Amino acid sequence: MLPIRNISSVRELARLALRIASLWIAGMLGLATALADPLPLRIGLTPIIAYDRVALTEDLRKYIESKLGRRVEFVRRDSYRQAIDLLAQDQLDCAWVSVYPYVYLQHHYNLRLLATPVYRGRPFFRGYLIVPAEDTATGSLLQLEGKVFAFADLYSFTGYLLPRYELHEAGKDAASFFAKTFFTRGHKRVVQAVASGLADGGYVDSYIWDTLAATEPQLAAKTRVVEMSALHGFPPLVAGRKMSSRDFADVRRILLEMSSDPEGKRLLGRLSLDGFVAGDPAWYAEAARMMRVMGDI
Amino acid sequence: MNPLDLSFRHKIPLWGSVLVILTALAVSATLMFQTYNELEEDLVIDSDTLARALIPNLFSALLQGDVWWAYETVSTPQREWAGKELPNKAENIIVLDNDLRVFVSAQPRAVRIQTALRDIGPEYAAVTERIGSAGISDKSAFGVPGSSHLFIVRPIVREEQQLGHLVIVLTKASFMPRFFEIARYGVVAGAVILCILLPFNWYWGQRMALPLVQLAQRMRDIGKQLPEELDPALYSHRDELGSLFNTYNKMLTDLKAKEELERQVVQSDRLAALGQLAAGVAHEINNPLGGMLMAIDTLKNQGVADPRTAKTIALLERGLGQIKDTVGALLVEAKLKSRNLTPNDIEDVLVLILPQVRRKTLHLEWQSDIAGDVALPATLVRQVLINLLLNAVHAAAQQGQVSCHIRLVDGAMHIAVANDGKILTTEQMSHLFEPFSPLSDDGHGLGLWVSYQITRQLDGDITASRKAGRMHFDVRLPIGEGSA
Repeated sequence: MLPIRNISSVRELARLALRIASLWIAGMLGLATALADPLPLRIGLTPIIAYDRVALTEDLRKYIESKLGRRVEFVRRDSYRQAIDLLAQDQLDCAWVSVYPYVYLQHHYNLRLLATPVYRGRPFFRGYLIVPAEDTATGSLLQLEGKVFAFADLYSFTGYLLPRYELHEAGKDAASFFAKTFFTRGHKRVVQAVASGLADGGYVDSYIWDTLAATEPQLAAKTRVVEMSALHGFPPLVAGRKMSSRDFADVRRILLEMSSDPEGKRLLGRLSLDGFVAGDPAWYAEAARMMRVMGDI
Repeated sequence: MNPLDLSFRHKIPLWGSVLVILTALAVSATLMFQTYNELEEDLVIDSDTLARALIPNLFSALLQGDVWWAYETVSTPQREWAGKELPNKAENIIVLDNDLRVFVSAQPRAVRIQTALRDIGPEYAAVTERIGSAGISDKSAFGVPGSSHLFIVRPIVREEQQLGHLVIVLTKASFMPRFFEIARYGVVAGAVILCILLPFNWYWGQRMALPLVQLAQRMRDIGKQLPEELDPALYSHRDELGSLFNTYNKMLTDLKAKEELERQVVQSDRLAALGQLAAGVAHEINNPLGGMLMAIDTLKNQGVADPRTAKTIALLERGLGQIKDTVGALLVEAKLKSRNLTPNDIEDVLVLILPQVRRKTLHLEWQSDIAGDVALPATLVRQVLINLLLNAVHAAAQQGQVSCHIRLVDGAMHIAVANDGKILTTEQMSHLFEPFSPLSDDGHGLGLWVSYQITRQLDGDITASRKAGRMHFDVRLPIGEGSA
């Protein structure tokens, strides 16, 4: 009859079946691992762009995701310090931050510049001193002595460092110069604070104010720009230490090619930007100098 | 004219109307006052709920000195209210630190941060006093005299650590549109109620007043004449007014009875005087008359040759005879001794009267209780009965009705004769029993006079009345003791 009657043959058969089963299980596990998403690319967002415009940022995320062929996750943080910490702790691949965090991160962690946005044809922006629209008398920051002043963020360049530096240059100390200061954790909120009359003045990012002037003119119209600072490098995207060079190259390429891609162009239009360039650390040297003067780095 | 002197017809409805309107006004005012208080209370409750919701965030914001956080916290409800007419909309929300300085306000332009509360304005100075003196430990809602604002103050406290106060400033005017809307409904409802109550009150007032007014009118007239009775249908209830009606009608009946009695007394006095006069005259005439008749008799017996004299004597005799008849009729002599009345006497009268009844084809209703002798003078009773029956037959219409009932009741004989002929007037009735009645077309008009005299002499009475379209003559004759 069949050799299966042989006990040793039966035992072998069982051993074979066990082997096949274990192979199958291993194969299935491997397949599952292969099918699962690789770790998503985590990009930090700070109030430097109007990250509360959820539909716009979601479209941007999808755009990068589709170009990258990998899941992209936006990590929104209200304060620059949190973005700095997340990058320092290698929890983000890259982040779009303000000038101050970039200089800070570059100084302390030697992080690389990923890309710099091009705004109104140039990769630069400036700071605006704004006062309530009904205040037609104030002409400079120094005239706001004894008033209420709104800062954006402890780690904001235009929203905190610039006015401090300007007062410092004039021999004043921001801590005693104003009657009251407070932080709003965002440039748009500085505009809101000044527009509502809560603060008598504030320093904001020109990109934010100009964008608001276009998207929410009734809000921007309640404020008046009194002073404009010199030009500085536009708030850039910074690569974290853990970002692989391939990811770095891919993301930079995607950003740089955005202006030549129809959908990318549309998104840039909604962001009021012209495109991205690789960026040059030298554009931020003046900011770094100011920070050194103020003892921040 | 004093309004209190007005007729009840106007006064009762007017008073009623005034009371109805006053009640409506009082009720409306109370309700509106209540509504106002409730709206204000709702506003305070709403605002306090808001305050309690805001305080945890504000505590943290104050703890961290985070102006922006506090501002976002207090301005969020304001943004929600923007452009809406909500009754619970706060005019401002103010956060004070422990020095009663403005940490933040929802309307930074109106109430600037860092300002001392007392420096904002007079009403805020009063609020400062209130917070400073009372030491507000829990919710406190108050107004400030001369201010259109309500202030809800709550301490910003956690674990008995107080960091400041939250002040919600409310405008009283904010719920006024709602109040006016409710008040308008109230006014419309009040008007509808008045529209129902006022006519009803007017009707009821008139209804109450009318009986009183009529009663008063009749009472006024009593001195001049006897007024009509009040219509019981006018007021049929058994309350004081109803009893007044009954009393009035009873008084009127008594007055009428009294007047009737007086009239009867006057009439019977007059008839008595007439009777005495007639009897006196009759006696005075009777004596010479007897002599004259005797003389004429003697003259005739002697024989008179002269035909002319004989004719004169005959003339005198007839004339004197007529006088005697007349005087005899006037001189009713009841004291004459007569036999007692028997049933045959009644039958005789019936026999006597029947030919005349037949001539007018009358329906005669005859009933007599007399079964034996009655102690009454037969001649006189017959005379009374014949008089009454002849009158009745005479008065009755052709083929009319005449009734005669003779009964013995309570020791008296009652004769009731009625006919359906012409009804006599009150004036005629008052002279009915006088001699030479003008009512008599033929005869000498002494029938009822004689019947009256006979009845009176027999201690009875005779009355005439009008009942149910018939003339009734009722005679009552007390039966003497000598009944057989």
